[in-house]
Amino acid sequence: MVPVLDVDALIGDPQTRIIVCCGAGGVGKTTTAAALGLRAAESGRRVVVLTIDPARRLAQSLGLTTLDNTPRPVKGIDDTLGGSLDAMMLDMKRTFDDVVEAHATAEKAEQILANPFYQAVSSSFAGTQEYMAMEKLGQLRLEADRDPDNPRWDLIVVDTPPSRSALDFLDAPKRLGSFLDGRFIRLLAAPAKAGGRAYLKVFSAGVNVATKTLTKVLGGQMLSDVQTFVAALDTMFGGFRKRADHTYALLSDRMTTFIVVAAPERDALREASYFVDRLDEEQMPLAGLVVNRMYRVSAPGLSAARALGAAEALDDEDSGGPSGDASPKDPGRTPITQGLLRMHAIQAEIAARHESLAKRFVAGHPGIPMVEVPAASGDIHDLVGLRLVGNALAGS
Amino acid sequence: MTIATGTDSCPWAPWPPRLLGMAPDAGAIRDIDWDGVRLHIVTGKGGTGKTTVAAALALALAADGRRVLLAEVEGRQGISQTFDVTPLGLTEVRIAHAANGGEVFGLSVDAKAALLEYLQMYYKLGRAGGLLEKFGAIDFATTIAPGVRDVLLTGKVYEAVRRRRDHRAKGPGAAPAYDAVVVDAPPTGRVVRFLNVNHEVADLAKVGPIRSQADSITAMLKSPQTAVHLVTLLEEMPVQETVDTIAELRATGMPIGGVVVNQMREEILTLDVLEAAAHGGISREDVAADLTRVHVRATNALVNGLLTEARDHAERVALERDEATVVAALGRPTYRLPSLSEGVDANGIRELAETLKAQGMA
Repeated sequence: MVPVLDVDALIGDPQTRIIVCCGAGGVGKTTTAAALGLRAAESGRRVVVLTIDPARRLAQSLGLTTLDNTPRPVKGIDDTLGGSLDAMMLDMKRTFDDVVEAHATAEKAEQILANPFYQAVSSSFAGTQEYMAMEKLGQLRLEADRDPDNPRWDLIVVDTPPSRSALDFLDAPKRLGSFLDGRFIRLLAAPAKAGGRAYLKVFSAGVNVATKTLTKVLGGQMLSDVQTFVAALDTMFGGFRKRADHTYALLSDRMTTFIVVAAPERDALREASYFVDRLDEEQMPLAGLVVNRMYRVSAPGLSAARALGAAEALDDEDSGGPSGDASPKDPGRTPITQGLLRMHAIQAEIAARHESLAKRFVAGHPGIPMVEVPAASGDIHDLVGLRLVGNALAGS
Repeated sequence: MTIATGTDSCPWAPWPPRLLGMAPDAGAIRDIDWDGVRLHIVTGKGGTGKTTVAAALALALAADGRRVLLAEVEGRQGISQTFDVTPLGLTEVRIAHAANGGEVFGLSVDAKAALLEYLQMYYKLGRAGGLLEKFGAIDFATTIAPGVRDVLLTGKVYEAVRRRRDHRAKGPGAAPAYDAVVVDAPPTGRVVRFLNVNHEVADLAKVGPIRSQADSITAMLKSPQTAVHLVTLLEEMPVQETVDTIAELRATGMPIGGVVVNQMREEILTLDVLEAAAHGGISREDVAADLTRVHVRATNALVNGLLTEARDHAERVALERDEATVVAALGRPTYRLPSLSEGVDANGIRELAETLKAQGMA
């Protein structure tokens, strides 16, 4: 028996304060996050949904027409149970700028923000989006609890960035932290200071070779930008490492839970499988797996084979075949039924394939709660559609 | 009402081909659309099957005894999984044979290896390479320094495109090592930044080898030797990203290739049956009578189920047709690939390669 992921119990539990939706690109993560947020809000929770890169129409349905890095109330939700729903889209550069401004003197902040290396890191460094998503999560968490008697939010739902690997956001804080704390960058920043230490003396010749070669390859100007950047950031180094550790702790906390989102396709499920293992390894709390876009037939009683057989029998009849039945019939009617049967056969086959892929995942990961969400016939871009997804997530 | 089972013309076309923006003579034998292109870059939104399409395109290009390199740049091992071979390492290995002695080689481009190779080639580093590694300089350059990673990855692709079969041969007449290079590129959200290496490093490296390397790469990427193909499904988000990416590519001056519409379902119902299904215009009694005649128990649940399926299906097809119109409006050569019911395995890739070839993509 496969345990069912009980979404209503999860969002109904006041101990659940953060839900992180993760999975491969294109599996419906953002839709799942939005649907969960809406359902939680309409059951009385005060929710904020942090999305990374929502589809345009889905964003519009949440009232996200401007990307201003601030949560905005979503209009049109049912708030009779006292809940509320805010939503926001991540602006990665702005989030990074905020971090700098909050942790450096005005003068230093200005220096950092103007540095070309900083501008490149904050707008295009491969891990920045992941890091800033986690940074924003930390900020929302602080903001939520600013007034303990009247918390602005009691549930944060996070959609993770469409990373090269779905796991990047777990590593990003550590990676950026270790970069900014890194030995090499510190050597670049302060060769004289570093040279004074005994253990570095041994290596100083090597350091020189390394620096010289890099200067040759990268160009001296880039290195000098890096040096200025690092010098300006120096006071914040400890802060970055501490924040990365803090975010990591937040993710491992009992109040956080992960939902892995997948689609019934080999690659998406492989990624999901990898993710489940990784969360387990990191001892991150996994609530379960959502398999989106499960194909379902409305006439499950009729197998694909039987439907095809029936369609062929109608064919034989048409051509005066084996049955030789000469019963009078409308010439335009039988082909419609044949078409319905053939279409059903194809759909039943797809449904069976999806079912078997999901079963194989379950067999490989026994004990992981799962819920399947049927494929919608259209794209989801309004609250009505999100509510239907929410219902499906809750198994109703 | 006309005959209801319409798989006559093209089995994967629920609408006339012209709606997909095919050339007017689609279906007739055509010339290859990308003559003169040696670097094919394949992108698409996550989940659209860009790796599969890149693999099929590589096989199609390798037919008739040609040598093709299929490269991935995100270290996902998507190529080895698609062809069901052992994970790709740092060297180019043959992963498939094509017709008449054609060969497809696979490579997972690694930024670190590319940097060390580059340093070795241009600076004859020797021991210093190891030192750089030791001090974290290689890590710094390949993972942290913005843009440098992309310059290294595209740089390796650049090298493979320009490589000669005989490394001593010089001049335009020398045979290239590969007749074509196909890149399984990053997804639509990141691909333009990835390809626009020059812009990436412009602010950081105004002079120096990285800059001149970036300039050479950009010159190749923007030349008629290159085409950036987009893979999409007939769904709103992938099509929207295709439209957006084409606009971005145009703005940066990258040569836009074709659009591959992937995973198209075989269409069973004709337009008028779909129309009737959408509006409850199919007679339940007739369907029930037909079922009964061929000894299927026509319960209410079954008949209702079939009609509901038909209605949902009609809705889907209508949405797909809307998206197909958007794709057609792009005015790019468009190729259609069927959804393979058994999923994509090494044989499925060959089937898709044949389909691309038949449509003139290779």
